[in-house]
Amino acid sequence: MQRFVILSKKDLDAFISALAQSQKVVAPVARGHNNFSFAEVSSGKEITLKYIPTILPPKKYFLPTQEIITSYNKRENALNAILEYEKMVIFGVHTCDLAGIQCLNMVFADKPKDINYIIRKNKIAIIGLECNDYCDEYASCHVVGNHLPNGGYDLFFTDLGDVFIVHINTMLGDELVNKAAVFKSADAKMLKALESLRQMKHSIFKDEVNVKHQELKPLFDRSSNSKVWEDLNKRCVACGNCTNVCPTCYCFDIIDEPNLDLNTGVRYRRWDSCQNEPFAKVAGNENFRKERSQRQRHRYMRKFKYPVDKYSRYFCTGCGRCSRTCMAQIKLKETINDLAKETQ
Amino acid sequence: MKRIELKESEYIVAPAKILEARMMTAQEKYFKIALEGGTSLDHEPGQFVMVSLLGIGEAPISISSSPTKRSYFELVVRNVGKVTNALHKMEAGDSLGIRGPFGRGFPVQILEGNDLLFVAGGLGVVPLRSLINFVIDNRRDFGKVHILLGCKKPADLLFANEIKEWGKRLDVNFNCTVDKADPDWKGNIGLITSLIPGVNLNPKRTFAVVVGPPIMYKFVLIEILKKEIPQKQIYVSLERHMKCGVGKCGHCQIAQYYCCKDGPVFSYDQIKGNLEAL
Repeated sequence: MQRFVILSKKDLDAFISALAQSQKVVAPVARGHNNFSFAEVSSGKEITLKYIPTILPPKKYFLPTQEIITSYNKRENALNAILEYEKMVIFGVHTCDLAGIQCLNMVFADKPKDINYIIRKNKIAIIGLECNDYCDEYASCHVVGNHLPNGGYDLFFTDLGDVFIVHINTMLGDELVNKAAVFKSADAKMLKALESLRQMKHSIFKDEVNVKHQELKPLFDRSSNSKVWEDLNKRCVACGNCTNVCPTCYCFDIIDEPNLDLNTGVRYRRWDSCQNEPFAKVAGNENFRKERSQRQRHRYMRKFKYPVDKYSRYFCTGCGRCSRTCMAQIKLKETINDLAKETQ
Repeated sequence: MKRIELKESEYIVAPAKILEARMMTAQEKYFKIALEGGTSLDHEPGQFVMVSLLGIGEAPISISSSPTKRSYFELVVRNVGKVTNALHKMEAGDSLGIRGPFGRGFPVQILEGNDLLFVAGGLGVVPLRSLINFVIDNRRDFGKVHILLGCKKPADLLFANEIKEWGKRLDVNFNCTVDKADPDWKGNIGLITSLIPGVNLNPKRTFAVVVGPPIMYKFVLIEILKKEIPQKQIYVSLERHMKCGVGKCGHCQIAQYYCCKDGPVFSYDQIKGNLEAL
């Protein structure tokens, strides 16, 4: 049975403060003009409810930018596997980022399972927040089907003016609600309001590109040799911003870091980017993706083609971060439209 | 932030000891290695391990020995990067760490009973040797065996003594060529592709197994396809720089495949037409 409760907006502060008493709470906070990031908060006042996708997606809590995986002692020829984790609640996760976390879950649960990721993920409670309207022109959440919630949260907040209507999706979500004691039961009027909001969203959110959802994969299937990649080759500066900010990019490098005693140290994994020139290089300097066009094509294929074969879902969440952050103005919507135009 | 020790993790290494180490050519060093505690590596021909040197890092290295040798395994390493450089300074008695074996090796069960054409260029003989020696150790389970080797110059020839023995066997058709000869060289001169037309084989029951540097595949595959061996019966082993070995880090990705997990051995039929594969 679906369970909904109501939180008066003025009680959000009390809810967040209560949560922050017992564990770390992270939420979107403003960082200068039109920039936001997920950061630790101790009260609801610090949170920006109306925000465009944060600079980094919440993947930074699931797959930290840098993470110790083993520690070693050379003299004893010993190496121990390490997990670093933190119990926390993430508040205010948009539906695009919920989808991003679902993608990462699939990858890291794929055998052999990544124990570090799986334990860490189970220590994190997720509270989603609905987008009643587009964040900006870069978003393409409708065409990938992420403008509405598709699960992946413990609680889900929808703004109905003076109140939030909150969907309780898990036992953990139920516990968070009960502990705070500021929620009221939702009456039929509120449920009706949620329904009409969702109805209204149907007229607001439309396919953002000239390609339909189910046509995206076939488009990329036939775009291997497109001239569009040559265009990106001229513009891309191979900075790797697009992959860093992507909620579903998970590639990493593994690096040893000795301590000053030169005997002990750690081995950690650190975000890496397929856009970096040496990423696909092997011994003897052969580089399988030497050109920027190949690397950009690889990035797009990893969102719209390869994961569809493997996991039956698009790994683009429509958040628009890659387009927003690109110094060379490479825009995902534009690339898709260009590919579509060329192969019509 | 809490830090705990994990009992299970894909990043745990097995302690191992170097039993024997010697330079094989000017660039390649041979290592005979055993896991501590007498455990067998229990690999399939064509698989690879991650060699782990504490404080330096890890590198993916093909296993060169046949799994029929259970008490040790062999690696041949070219000195090309940080880890292999450090490895070259190591000698018998030194300790290192091993993760793996990883990946899908050569499909031994499928090859059984059939004729085999082995083509190795340069360092390609290192991984292919794991299969060649497996086949030789189980010789009657396979049909005709053709081995074609090629390298740049006689001094680059790996496992020279062992290769001489392959050449002497009555149950193996062996041929070898170098791009550039020296005065003592009595064999063929020319590219490996020049040896393929002369092989007398029945394409219906022959499986070709090709391993070599990236540049070699294109040309060798053309010659093998000319022999009318079906694409499903051609296997290649592809080189990529794996970092994790368990299908996550993305470095070895070839289209939808992770070379470390879905490969390094692929059938030509499976891999052809994929972006940036061959």
